[in-house]
Amino acid sequence: MSNGPMVKAEAVHKRFGALEVLQGIDLEVARGEVMCILGPSGSGKSTFLRCINRLEEINAGRLWVDGELVGYRQKGDVLHALPDRDISEARSRIGMVFQRFNLFPHLTAEQNIAIAPVKVQGVSKAEAKDRAARLLERVGLGDRGGSYPAQLSGGQQQRVAIARALAMQPKLMLFDEPTSALDPELVGEVLAVMRDLASEGMTMIVVTHEIGFAKSAADTVVFMDGGVVVESGPPLKVLDNPQHERTKAFLREVG
Amino acid sequence: MTVASVGWSFLTNPRAQWSVFGDWFFSQRVLEGVVTTVELTAVSMAIGLALGIMLAVMRQSRNPVLKSISWFYIWLFRGTPLLVQLIFWFNIAALYPQIRFGVPFGGPALFSGSANTVITATVAAYLALSLNEGAYMAEIVRAGLLSVDDGQREAAEALGLSRFQTMRHIILPQAMRVIVPPTGNETINMLKTTSLVFVLGQVLDLLTTVQLIYAANYKVIPLLLVASAWYLILTSVLYVGQYYLERRFGRGTARNLPPTPRQRLIALWRKWRPASAEVVA
Ligand SMILES: Nc1ncnc2c1ncn2[C@@H]1O[C@H](COP(=O)(O)OP(=O)(O)O)[C@@H](O)[C@H]1O
Ligand SMILES: [Mg+2]
Repeated sequence: MSNGPMVKAEAVHKRFGALEVLQGIDLEVARGEVMCILGPSGSGKSTFLRCINRLEEINAGRLWVDGELVGYRQKGDVLHALPDRDISEARSRIGMVFQRFNLFPHLTAEQNIAIAPVKVQGVSKAEAKDRAARLLERVGLGDRGGSYPAQLSGGQQQRVAIARALAMQPKLMLFDEPTSALDPELVGEVLAVMRDLASEGMTMIVVTHEIGFAKSAADTVVFMDGGVVVESGPPLKVLDNPQHERTKAFLREVG
Repeated sequence: MTVASVGWSFLTNPRAQWSVFGDWFFSQRVLEGVVTTVELTAVSMAIGLALGIMLAVMRQSRNPVLKSISWFYIWLFRGTPLLVQLIFWFNIAALYPQIRFGVPFGGPALFSGSANTVITATVAAYLALSLNEGAYMAEIVRAGLLSVDDGQREAAEALGLSRFQTMRHIILPQAMRVIVPPTGNETINMLKTTSLVFVLGQVLDLLTTVQLIYAANYKVIPLLLVASAWYLILTSVLYVGQYYLERRFGRGTARNLPPTPRQRLIALWRKWRPASAEVVA
């Protein structure tokens, strides 16, 4: 849309009942930027990602993706909730990759990738199949299109899941601990695909505990704890020379 | 031992009159009864399944009105005997003498007639069996929907699929794996339950037909054996169908499906007769 930031969060609050999970998040992700979010378990990282594509509704603050308010339309001073159809439309341009892959087990790898372009974008079956084949090639699984998820390793499943998200030609990709459920020897193949994607200019927000990946691939590293951003900046600054005690403690633990 | 001797005495008991059994087993009237029983089963299960899916989805919806309608329906139809429901639908004319389908509140009628001519015994049978089955299928479908991991819905919605598309293409197909086995049992039950329509006296299903026959010729036992044999044949066919359906909907959940009995037989044959198998190939 504009040249402004791809994602902008202003004092974003999210509560589950009495539990205030996000206590005022402010941040900006520029176009083409790769942001890695680190932080202890329960600090609200997943919740923040889920707010960005409106899988959760925020309770206070403002959140924009590509210059548009997430879930609302502003008319004058009044916010109007968007109908479900517009929310689905907005979601379709934001790719999301989950810790537990969440591939559709009753569909083959190829069908997993082709289903959303056909059902949401109205692409023809033949074209979607083509797109799926190209994407499988791109994530190094050109020969596994006919396999069901149960017949693939964890690393292969996650690469299919990335291809599935890319099939919708997203302008933003969200990764929620994409390698946390993988055996250590399978982590590398998934990170390699993500590095390629980053180098091609995709805007990415990656929640991860892979410090090595954050160091080499991120433009910005954000450290979250207790529902707030404790510290953020270039990886060399945050990871090698953290200013806050909580960041230092966390890095000692995972590093 | 005892089972065998009881079975033997049964088969050789002259009073079972096996020749009468033979005379009637393939008779026109009995075969028509078989067809009617199969039709009642198939149609009631099909409508019951459709209703069940609708009720289960309503039960899970965010709309409290839809939710309570579904809850009430299931409560009502599961809480009263099917036999009562059958008789009730047959006698609905006592409650609503006129039935009309059309635009509500005084709009034009698309169809109207006296309840006694519209609700024939056959219509009452289909109504009672389908509506009752809908309530049971709703519970089965609901268990199936709940068995699907919530991550599936999230992944689908994150891709931009609507709630309806997510249900139709992602959740329901996976729920089928849980829905199919009990639905097979329901179908087998339904096949036997259709015999309850004998109380209406006018729906010529298998049981009603043999009853009418033995009311005329007094060969009660042989004719009940005819009916039982047909019920056994039909349920056996359903058991086989259920086996293959379960395999089909198990797709993608197991790395390798176990071989079917037919595949096993072929494998066994190959093992025992490798030489001749070679020749054939
Ligand atoms: N749907 C929910 N209902 C209630 N509590 C939730 C829900 N989702 C997350 N939480 C809580 O919010 C907190 C933050 O969760 P999450 O965002 O998953 O943290 P992280 O991803 O950083 O580990 C946790 O305490 C979690 O229990
Ligand atoms: Mg998390």
